[in-house]
Amino acid sequence: MGPMTRLLVQRISLGLLLLFLVSIVIFAGTMILPGDVAQQILGQSATPEALANLRAELGVDQPPVTRYFDWLGGLLSGDFGTALTSGQSINEAIGRRFSNTLFLAVSAAVIAVPLAIFLGLLAVRYQDRWPDKLISASTLTTISMPEFVIGYILMFVLGVQLRWFSPTAVGYRPDADFFTRLESIAIPIIVLTLVVLAHMMRMTRAAILNVMQSAYIETAELKGMPMLKIIAKHAFPNAIAPVVNVVMLNLAYLVVGVVVVEVVFVYPGMGQYLVDHVTKRDIPVVQACGMIFAAIYIGLNLVADVVSILTNPRLRHPK
Amino acid sequence: MNDQLKYYSSRVTKGLITRREFVGRAAALGLTAAAANTMLANAVRAAGPQTGGTMRLGVQGGSTTDSLDPAPAANFTATQVNLLWGEPLVSLTDDGGLEGRVAESFEGSADAKTWRFKLRSGITFSNGQSVTAEDVVETIDRHAGEESKSGALGLLRDIDTVTADGDTVVIGLKTPNADLPYYMQDYHLVIQPGGGKQDPTAAIGTGPYILKDHEMGVRFVFEKNPNYWGDYGYADTIELIVINDNTARVAALQSGQVDMIDRVPPRTAGLVGRAPNITVHSEPSAGHYVFIMHCNTAPFDNNDLRLALKYAMNRQEMVDKVLFGYGSVGNDTPINSSYPLFTEMPQREYDPDKAKFHFDKSGHDGSVLLRTSDNSFPGAPDAAALFQQSAAAAGITLEIKREPNDGYWSEVWNAQPFCTSYWGGRPVQDQMFSTAYLSSADWNDTRFFNEQFDQMLLAARAELDDAKRTQIYADMGSILHNEGGLICPMFNDFVDAQSDRIEGWVSGVPGFAFMNNHAPMRMWVTA
Repeated sequence: MGPMTRLLVQRISLGLLLLFLVSIVIFAGTMILPGDVAQQILGQSATPEALANLRAELGVDQPPVTRYFDWLGGLLSGDFGTALTSGQSINEAIGRRFSNTLFLAVSAAVIAVPLAIFLGLLAVRYQDRWPDKLISASTLTTISMPEFVIGYILMFVLGVQLRWFSPTAVGYRPDADFFTRLESIAIPIIVLTLVVLAHMMRMTRAAILNVMQSAYIETAELKGMPMLKIIAKHAFPNAIAPVVNVVMLNLAYLVVGVVVVEVVFVYPGMGQYLVDHVTKRDIPVVQACGMIFAAIYIGLNLVADVVSILTNPRLRHPK
Repeated sequence: MNDQLKYYSSRVTKGLITRREFVGRAAALGLTAAAANTMLANAVRAAGPQTGGTMRLGVQGGSTTDSLDPAPAANFTATQVNLLWGEPLVSLTDDGGLEGRVAESFEGSADAKTWRFKLRSGITFSNGQSVTAEDVVETIDRHAGEESKSGALGLLRDIDTVTADGDTVVIGLKTPNADLPYYMQDYHLVIQPGGGKQDPTAAIGTGPYILKDHEMGVRFVFEKNPNYWGDYGYADTIELIVINDNTARVAALQSGQVDMIDRVPPRTAGLVGRAPNITVHSEPSAGHYVFIMHCNTAPFDNNDLRLALKYAMNRQEMVDKVLFGYGSVGNDTPINSSYPLFTEMPQREYDPDKAKFHFDKSGHDGSVLLRTSDNSFPGAPDAAALFQQSAAAAGITLEIKREPNDGYWSEVWNAQPFCTSYWGGRPVQDQMFSTAYLSSADWNDTRFFNEQFDQMLLAARAELDDAKRTQIYADMGSILHNEGGLICPMFNDFVDAQSDRIEGWVSGVPGFAFMNNHAPMRMWVTA
């Protein structure tokens, strides 16, 4: 496992360096946006003296470089600091909200990933026949619509007309029992599933079809092996690497990209928290969220890399 | 009404049979479901307020970045939260007057320079502490102080001294002001123990409800304050749920997740009201959407150009197409009939010929640049496009620049010479004029410097005779109408909607939406 460990260490340190760079980019980005936190808090009702008072109180009259290193120091000791706008602890707020986001993302992933792979396999089995065409057409339709449009449609049909599920997540309580929580986010889960399905399904289909061109598949076919068995035993294991890659990308999307869905369905996750603080130029919170999202992205990509290396003997034993 | 029906409806109000059963029995007696429901609503109203139950309100505006400190409150959710746990000295009555809340009564000196607020005796904060005059003095001091970041700071600038005299608070002013008591009803100025200096976010006050649980920008849970002095507050529990997405807010009401929502989008309000169990309330307000020109910046420093643009505005079209009828036409002053001392002025009509005449007279050549953004008011880019068309008919070319929402209030509004914006309105003329049209106002967003106007404003403040003040305000209105940099095409209504699970809405309450934030404590749960 020598080269494997070296590879892991190398990847992780690269990831950390990347995170550091990300923190600088986020900080610089929030500096470039017009208006500062004091102006955003006071909005239309800003007077010069109220602005000056608020800036001094929040400490944003300090030079940016000082503020950046103060923040970095806190981060290294595991403390994200306090939000400028509300004065509340960021660690506490993120802890609560991040578990909400994870609950939504994991629930969606549990449905979406197996479903996408199964549909992908099915599409290959009936390649170019009506099941394949139906699966491709319907998933491509849902991915082509913006998620808020799908959200509004399902909210209206399933929530208001049919009354099967709650149209919004306002009834969600983190301390309620599992099924109550699940019911209150049923529609967001369906929306997210529809949004990520096509990407994973198409990738599974393409990767397996690619393998299906190989000579050993033809051999298996000539032996008289049933089609589904060929796909499951010979084609799928060789198609895992690209599939895992796209699954990881979509998992990352489910965690960090659900902002719109969270906002539309009034779900108290990280997305809404981040959006509110970006509008107010609350830099510590934006950075904290940015770092967490970046860490997840980098982490899941790392997992994807490692898995594809493990499944591919050529990459596992480099010359 | 048939005796049998009367009997049944009384049984529903007593909770002995359900609404559904009632409608069924009424149908058996030959009544349509709609008529049965109307009859039932009347019976319920006649039965008077009911206590108990949970009222759930879906409101917009709240954000995770808010604080429980009442001083910086700047959105509808924060306002509502303040006024559930806290109370100011006074509040608006349904006819636009004032009544005492924490103060029992108030009176001004003959020169309107000294005001005395006598506190209600025996009332307590929700932590059990008695309310003293010192608490009030400290509260005003915190909002008016040097380091204040209160939204009420601008109102309190004229205050010279605030002192406690037994159970009375005495406010001394630098200049006379007959409207001072109106300033004290501001939603930031809720009375806190020790003025909230120790702990501004404690949410301890004298209001009808006590904050039990909250997550900023998500939800607030209130329970009835058992020691509240007044008769407001019928529901045992009030849940305030922040739903910023318009569609989600409407869907939550339609599906019964909440009982009342604020700010129904005008575009869909008609459709929402069609549901049998939902009522839409459209209440005229002092809030208005504006196109503002800087009177000291070329080319808007020329009054003929300003008049040209005013005549080029088709106000009725704006009300019909931007507000979908949920509003009324403006007349290029910030004042409408919701103000107590209002005088009607001849309405300025859309007149392309006059617009062309003034435009030619101004000698301006080329186009006029108008900046707008989505958040300057709902539908602002559409309104700008309509204005462009109506102006084109008068031979005036408007160039529209769409600005990003982000930073609009810091970079464009009160900075660029011609842009779209909105005002929430104020309870009295003096407050509106001194906030935005006095030469020295911080938010003089039309850069209107008119000495005569300023003097009239100060004279009106010191005038205790209402008839004379009304005349002064009328004259000031016509100065703005003819010379100001304000084009005011429309006053927007507040559009709220409720389900029939709650009752007790009163129409025509002045102030903000939700019956000036009093609906949660003046309405009750029926089912």
